[in-house]
Amino acid sequence: MSSVELLITLGIPVVLIVVGKVVGASIERSHYRSIVEREARFRARPAVSTKELDAPGPIQSANLAVGSVVVSVDHFKRFLSGFRMIFGGEVRSYSSLIDRARREAVLRMKESQPGADAYLNTRLETSTISSTAGNEGMGTIEVLAYGTAVHYDRRP
Amino acid sequence: MILTNIDSVPGRQIVQHFGLVQGSTIRAKHFGRDFAAGLKNIVGGELKGYTELLQESRAEATSRMVAQASELGANAVINVRFTTSSVAQGASEILAYGTAVLIE
Repeated sequence: MSSVELLITLGIPVVLIVVGKVVGASIERSHYRSIVEREARFRARPAVSTKELDAPGPIQSANLAVGSVVVSVDHFKRFLSGFRMIFGGEVRSYSSLIDRARREAVLRMKESQPGADAYLNTRLETSTISSTAGNEGMGTIEVLAYGTAVHYDRRP
Repeated sequence: MILTNIDSVPGRQIVQHFGLVQGSTIRAKHFGRDFAAGLKNIVGGELKGYTELLQESRAEATSRMVAQASELGANAVINVRFTTSSVAQGASEILAYGTAVLIE
């Protein structure tokens, strides 16, 4: 009886960590593939953090572009970061999460105004989301990207 | 209604300023979404339920800001900013604000 209990109390977290590692890594890989592919498609339509850009012609129209995403880390990375909290230093397992979220948010911002020639004054904002239970450090963040999408008048 | 987050509407002349307009909304997650997100937390990745929730809230805040601007007689809002703050555990406020202007 006690060995069964021990197996359950130890087994469930281990299974969750292993599932998190395997599935989480594959989700991350496919997400990065999609990010790289979509970034290549939007390369000619830059998002800049300046308010002005050398334009090939007068600006025809301007509109707000907004994109946001909520992502969370998997159980394996949460487990790794727990160790890192003991010794300090860079938490590498979380950097890929933030990187994915930012790039995804910028891409969604561009996709919200797909025909624009440039995105001026792009701002990135990050906020953490805590669970209802008040469990801090859940590793869930929201990234919001917004900017002004402009179309240039290309008539000579 | 034209919205921009820069100091002007490029290519258009501002003829009148109406001052600050704002719109905000406070949203709480519901239990079902939180539970689904808890499961998704094991493998990580995007939590679509939360993404949608926050997008809806932001759209609501923006439309309240736009309503306030059109009441003043404006036809554009410049220098729009978004901020998020958590009011209570599991509830967050989303605020959109900007300057209402009349353009040609």
